Amino acid sequence: MSNVPSDVKYASTHEWVREEDDGTVTVGISDHAQESLGDLVFVETPEIGRTVEAGEAVAVVESVKAASDVYAPVPGAIIDANSQLQDAPELVNTDPYGEGWIMRIRLDDPHALDELMDADDYEHLITEEDDG
Amino acid sequence: MSQEALIFDLGRTGRYARAQAPAERADLADIPAQFRRRQRAVMPEVSELQVVRHYTRLSQKNFSIDTNFYPLGSCTMKYNPRACNSLAMLPGLLDRHPHAPDSTGQGFMACMWELQEMLAEVTGMESVSLAPMAGAQGEFAGVAMIRAYHDARGDDARTEIIVPDAAHGTNPATAVMCGYQVREIPTDAEGDVDMQALREAVGPQTAGIMLTNPSTIGVFERRIQEIATVVHEAGGLLYYDGANLNAILGKARPGDMGFDVIHINLHKTFSTPHGGGGPGAGALGVGERLLAYMPIPQVGKTGERFHWRTDKEIPETIGRLSAFGGNAGVLLRAYVYARMLGRDGMIRVAEFATLNANYLMSRLRDEGFQVWLPQRRASHEFIVSLKPEAKELGVTAGDFAKRLLDYGYHAPTAYFPLLVPECLLIEPTETETRDDLDGFVQAMVAIRDEARQDRDFVKGAPYNMPVRRLDEVKAAKELDLKWQGEAD
Repeated sequence: MSNVPSDVKYASTHEWVREEDDGTVTVGISDHAQESLGDLVFVETPEIGRTVEAGEAVAVVESVKAASDVYAPVPGAIIDANSQLQDAPELVNTDPYGEGWIMRIRLDDPHALDELMDADDYEHLITEEDDG
Repeated sequence: MSQEALIFDLGRTGRYARAQAPAERADLADIPAQFRRRQRAVMPEVSELQVVRHYTRLSQKNFSIDTNFYPLGSCTMKYNPRACNSLAMLPGLLDRHPHAPDSTGQGFMACMWELQEMLAEVTGMESVSLAPMAGAQGEFAGVAMIRAYHDARGDDARTEIIVPDAAHGTNPATAVMCGYQVREIPTDAEGDVDMQALREAVGPQTAGIMLTNPSTIGVFERRIQEIATVVHEAGGLLYYDGANLNAILGKARPGDMGFDVIHINLHKTFSTPHGGGGPGAGALGVGERLLAYMPIPQVGKTGERFHWRTDKEIPETIGRLSAFGGNAGVLLRAYVYARMLGRDGMIRVAEFATLNANYLMSRLRDEGFQVWLPQRRASHEFIVSLKPEAKELGVTAGDFAKRLLDYGYHAPTAYFPLLVPECLLIEPTETETRDDLDGFVQAMVAIRDEARQDRDFVKGAPYNMPVRRLDEVKAAKELDLKWQGEAD
C-alpha cells in the first residue's frame, strides 16, 4: 500500500501540497503516483516566475513506461523548482514527499487549499482506482 | 547464446583477406589530390569471412516476424509476402536511376499512380500523395495542411488540436511539432470518445481533431459521424491516424466517416517490412477541402502519360517532403501487395485480422485474464490488463512481456495506451494460424502458473535471450550508441 502522509493535501491528479511556514506551498507527486509510473528517468521542472492556474500542466515526469504531466494543484506564482531532479530524477521514486519535491508556489489565495483532498479522501480515491 | 563482440574488437591492425584480395592496388590517379583522404579511415580491419560471420550471427539474434509471432498492438506486424519483395526487385525497377527522365520511368510511375488511386479508393479520399517517408512525416504533413487551410482563410485564431486519450501516441507530438496546443479529451466507459467533453472542448480556437479509428483501446469509434459534425460545425478539420486501418480495410472508409486528411502506414496495413527503423511509408490522403495544399512530388496523369506534379501544378502545396517521391522500394512492395489482394483480398484482410483478434481475446478471457471492455467486440487488437496479476502475484505486465520472449513470442505493446493500467495491447494480425494463437494463450497461462509458484523466477526473465533483463533506467539516462574508438 502506498504511503499517504496526513501532513500534506492532495489533488485528484496525484500531486501533494505542503503548506510552509512562510505561506508558500511545496508541491510534488504522491507515493502512489511514483509507484504507478515506475522508475523515473527524466523530470522537466517548471519555469520559475511563471504564474499558473490550478490544473495547468507545469512539469513533466517521464519513466521507462510513460511520460506524464504534473499539474499545478493551486493557482499562484512558481517561485522555486527542484534543480536536483535534473541529475537525479530517482529522488521522486525514493523520497516523493521529501527530497523528491518538484516546485514551490506562492498562493494567490490561501483558500485555494480548501479545494484539495485530505489524506483520508485521497487514500479513498486511490483505493477506488485500484479496485476499478 | 553468447554476446557478440563489436566488429571493431574482432579486427587486428593490417588484417584483410590477403589470399582473396586483388593483387593490384586500386588506381587512385584519377581522383584529384584535394579529394583524397589524408588520414587513415577508422575502419574495423577484418577479413571478409569475419564480416559475413559477424553479421550472420547478429541476424540470428533477431526477434522478427520471420522467426516468431509478433503481436505488437497498433503496429500490425503481419507477414510480408515474398512475392512483393521479388517483384519490387525486378531489374527494371531496381536499376532505375531516380534522376532518369520521366520518359524512361513510365512503368514505375504507372505503378505509383495506380497505388495512389487504389489507396484513395479504399480510404474514400479524393487524392493521395506517396511523398511522406514515414508515418510521422505523414502526420506532420497532414497537420501542416490543416494549418495551411486555416491560414489561407485568414482564420488565425485556431491554436488547438483536440486529441482523445485513446488516440495513437504520436498524435499529440505531431500537433505540438506543428505549433498547436494539445487539448486532451477522455474516453467514456464504453470506449468511445466522451461526447460531452468534445462539445465542451470545441470552439473558435479549434484547428482540428486527431483520431485513430479503431482507437488504441481496440474498439471502433461508433459515433464518428457525430464527432465529424461537431468538429466541422466548430470550423475544425478531422485528421485520421491510419495506424489501425488494417481492421477496417475494405469495410469502412475514413473519407465516408468525415475525415479531411489521413495518413496510411503502408509498412503496417500494406505489409512492407518495418520495425528497427523501417524504412516506412506514410502515404497521405486528403478530402476536397485540402486538395490545394497537397505535398509534392505526386504522380499525375495526362492522357496515357505520367509525370511528377510539382509546385508549378500545386502552387499552394505545403512543400516537398521527399526528393524522389517517397521510399520507392517500399511503395513498390505495397503496390504489389495491393494488386495481389485486390478488392476481395483487402476485405479478407480486415475480416481475418478481426477474427484472429476476437478469437485470441475470448481464449484469454476464458483462461481468466482481464480483458478491457469485454462488452465490446475487438477490432484487430484488444487489451488485457494484468492489474489483478500485479496486485495478487506481484508480477507486472512488464514481467509477462519479458517472460513471453523466453516462450518464443515477441511481447505485445506494453503500458500503452496509458489509460489502462498494466496493459498489454495485443494485435495478432490476419497472417497467424490458429495453432500459433493457441500457443500464445498457453504461454500466457504457463507464465501465470510460474508466477504463482515462484514470483521471482518470472521477475528475473528473460533467460533464453542473447541478453538477460536490461537496465531500462540506465538505457534511458545513459544512451551509448556510438563507437568512440579505443579508450587510449
